[in-house]
Amino acid sequence: MTWLELISLMPVLVVASMSVVLLLLIAFVRQHKLTCWLTCIGFTLAAYWAFADMGKPPQQVTPLLIMDDFSRLLTGLVLLVSLASAWMSYAYLETADEIREEYYILLSLAALGACVLVASNHFASMFIGLELMSVSLFAMVGYMAHSQQQVSMTLEAGVKYMVLSGVSSSFLLFGVALIYAYAGSLSLDLQLSSEAPRLQQGYLVIGSAMLLVGVAFKMSWIPFHMWTPDVYQGAPAPVTGFLAGAVKVAVFAFAMRWLMMAQGDYLDLLLLGLTLMAVLSMLIGNLLALRQDNLKRLLSYSSIAHMGYIIITLAATAGQGAQTINLALEAATIYLVTYASMTMLAFVVISQLAAQDRRFEKGTLADYQGLLYQQPLLAAGLILAMLALAGMPLTAGFIGKYYLVLVAVDAQLWLLLSLLVVGSSIGLYYYLRVILVLCQTPDADQQSFAGSSAKLLLLLLAFTTLWLGIYPAPVIAWVQQAIA
Amino acid sequence: MQLLGIIVSLLAGGVLALLMGGKSATISRWISLMSLLVASVFYAGLWFESTNGDDLWALHMDWPWIARFGIHLLLATDGLSLVLIGLTLVLGYVALLSAWHEIKHRCGLFYLNFLFTLAGVVGVFSALDLFLFFVFWEVMLVPMFLMIAIWGHEGRRYAATKFFIYTQASSLLMLVAMVGLVLLNQQQTGVLSFSWFALTQTDTSGDIGMWLMLGFYLAFLVKLPGLPLHNWLPDAHTQAPTPGSILLAGILLKTGAYGLLRFVWPLFPDAASAFAPIAMGLGVFSVLYAAKLAFAQNDLKRLIAYTSISHMGFVSLGVFAWNHVSLQGTVMQMVGHGLSSAGLFAIAGLLQQRLHTRALDQMGGLWAQVPKLAALSMLFAVAALGLPGLANFVGEFMILLAVFQLYPWAATLAALGMILAPLYALIIMQKGFFGSRQEGSAHSGALLDLNHRELLMLAILVVGLVVLGFWPNLIFTVTAASVDNLVQLGNGG
Repeated sequence: MTWLELISLMPVLVVASMSVVLLLLIAFVRQHKLTCWLTCIGFTLAAYWAFADMGKPPQQVTPLLIMDDFSRLLTGLVLLVSLASAWMSYAYLETADEIREEYYILLSLAALGACVLVASNHFASMFIGLELMSVSLFAMVGYMAHSQQQVSMTLEAGVKYMVLSGVSSSFLLFGVALIYAYAGSLSLDLQLSSEAPRLQQGYLVIGSAMLLVGVAFKMSWIPFHMWTPDVYQGAPAPVTGFLAGAVKVAVFAFAMRWLMMAQGDYLDLLLLGLTLMAVLSMLIGNLLALRQDNLKRLLSYSSIAHMGYIIITLAATAGQGAQTINLALEAATIYLVTYASMTMLAFVVISQLAAQDRRFEKGTLADYQGLLYQQPLLAAGLILAMLALAGMPLTAGFIGKYYLVLVAVDAQLWLLLSLLVVGSSIGLYYYLRVILVLCQTPDADQQSFAGSSAKLLLLLLAFTTLWLGIYPAPVIAWVQQAIA
Repeated sequence: MQLLGIIVSLLAGGVLALLMGGKSATISRWISLMSLLVASVFYAGLWFESTNGDDLWALHMDWPWIARFGIHLLLATDGLSLVLIGLTLVLGYVALLSAWHEIKHRCGLFYLNFLFTLAGVVGVFSALDLFLFFVFWEVMLVPMFLMIAIWGHEGRRYAATKFFIYTQASSLLMLVAMVGLVLLNQQQTGVLSFSWFALTQTDTSGDIGMWLMLGFYLAFLVKLPGLPLHNWLPDAHTQAPTPGSILLAGILLKTGAYGLLRFVWPLFPDAASAFAPIAMGLGVFSVLYAAKLAFAQNDLKRLIAYTSISHMGFVSLGVFAWNHVSLQGTVMQMVGHGLSSAGLFAIAGLLQQRLHTRALDQMGGLWAQVPKLAALSMLFAVAALGLPGLANFVGEFMILLAVFQLYPWAATLAALGMILAPLYALIIMQKGFFGSRQEGSAHSGALLDLNHRELLMLAILVVGLVVLGFWPNLIFTVTAASVDNLVQLGNGG
């Protein structure tokens, strides 16, 4: 490994060494505030490094990782999302009767896994990143399991996530093994060669299908979404935010890379599976959200639907011409940025409320009634997040949706486009329902509560969500530069 | 800069009203009034400048916004926009006066939503960049949605949701069509642009033009509303608070008509003229069927809502006849209906305040008790049925005249609407104001007649209806040049 490779890997190294530092620190000093500050500073530094490196030539680091602008940008995004979840965790853990400091080690390990996943262009590094992320998340999801104040679902969510995630990982690993049997290497650069023996071709097809299942599980594409609502509901709100934000971004980044390298018949095969899952996710995800009385479950179905929408950009990469492919890549990146900002906005509100009163951790929609008059700032943030998720103009969500429409029309994906229209029309209903509940006159017996502590984070995220919607030009120009 | 002044003063007024509204409701009312006044001053300047110059367009702003897609903040007005923005401000006053005592709780938030709706509508009428138009088109929904959902009547949440989903879902189709059109234009010219001026030059003949046209048409048909996509309107209008109903019927419906005028024909001349017979049919159907439905209603606001659908059917007819006379008639119909339906909804609000019901069978014999209110109701009712001398007559007459030359069958059938209109207009008078007070009716004590504020509110509308009924040229001279321009574009030149 050369010096240059090491330097370009710096964001990942910062996060990795941070987790070691945290580990050592906790052995000597237990101080929640210090730990959280350190984590936040580490994430900020790493994210800054990733963004500052953009524009430099792509750098292959060992055969496993590639640091090109696409990786740098999404690594930065993943790290910012991690920063937001560390920040919102502080208030949450401060009111918890649980050991606090270890949480940040898990968080930084999960972020490390996500960064590796984003940068991987090799099946081995993909698996390492994915597992590092998932294993840390098992513990994070079930982190509050022994807490006295805990809402009952946490342990269930943790176990469910562990078991199902384990199953999906074994699928993934088996898939990778089959692909290795076909290709004799673990690089993403695959082709279905018709000269290979029939059996060998079968290895590749089955292996890729299994790999796709593993990826789909993490992305919660239907029909591999079963765990999502339960885990979203049971996990502590900041962890849910991380799950909804960083994990999806990282896994999608890998999926994008994988598809960009695929060609010919092999690509068509993958697209068939993806299109099928997109159709199901957009339709069923939105339909299942309609009757939810629980905000966290509702958001889980909403994220299923959104991950369905984004498949449009994957499908478009199969299009003809460099221009279409570039547009698709640009759209995917923009969509991930906008999605991350609005999802984190929603979860910062929930975790702030949960920090004040664990009742909100359950996510029952009725508890949010009249919040607009009791806590105007938090409620306004949640309303903004809902409008953004629904895709209203002047919010980040619209820019994302606009890009998807553009890509779909450009690549002539009429089926997916019509489902996007149908799906987001259905989606309006449940986003509006949340807004209506927030605006309703509050019940008399619910008293208002004290102010919240992560106001600045809330304002930052709200600002980002609005800014991306009102004046997206700089971000678009920046992303375009990274893609080209 | 005047147009920007209008929008900014409305937005700033809304924010101020919210900030001050916590302290006192009265302050937020006066702030709203002040911001409307400031907006009107800007409007007066705009009117003066536009009507004295020779230019068809007054360009207010053309700043790059999202350079990647050639999207500009492009605001420009012609005579058509000018008239409709004027209507918006006038009805803004009327709605504000009706809200004055009706809205009692969370006043600051109410006036924020109220003024933001107005600002959004002004934006819709002046945005000439399609992307910007779409942004205004959607954004004006949110404050209106909140107005219905928070301050509406008993079924408000259902009505608000329905209103929002109908409009949003249909506008998604418009977004798709818009993107399609822009890419088509890019194929032909090599330039990515959302500007209306550039896109009207696109060659949209052929199948693709038809599909794109339908995307736009559906979005505007929902907003207009025309059958069979009218279903949201009776609920939304009935459940909205009075100022909300006034804004909905008076201006928000006009944005649909404006869209048909500004976008559907000029952008897709071939497709629109091929589609005209079907649109005509739907228009006639709207006129007749909605009139029949109106007649059968017992809820006063619901009845008025259906009359709106019927009147908007004439707009469909006028637009799809697409010649100078029919378009002038359409504009007049839009203005006339804006004034008369606002009047009727204001009356319904006044009655509900006094009687606590909207049910016609609970009324009766009101003329003796509230003669001024009753007389003015009579005036708005006959305006709605198209009595000569009032603005609506001019509009409907010109539309029928123009349509008859092209589609005699459509004009003949739609003229039947002129027979149905007196039925539903007079039934309001008969059930509500004539006769004697019924046993078990809602009102028992003495009722107050109109006070000065209410008289002022209705007087604004009456003056508008009568003046435009006798001197329609006041509007025609302003819109003549822009209508000519539209006709030319819509005929493929």
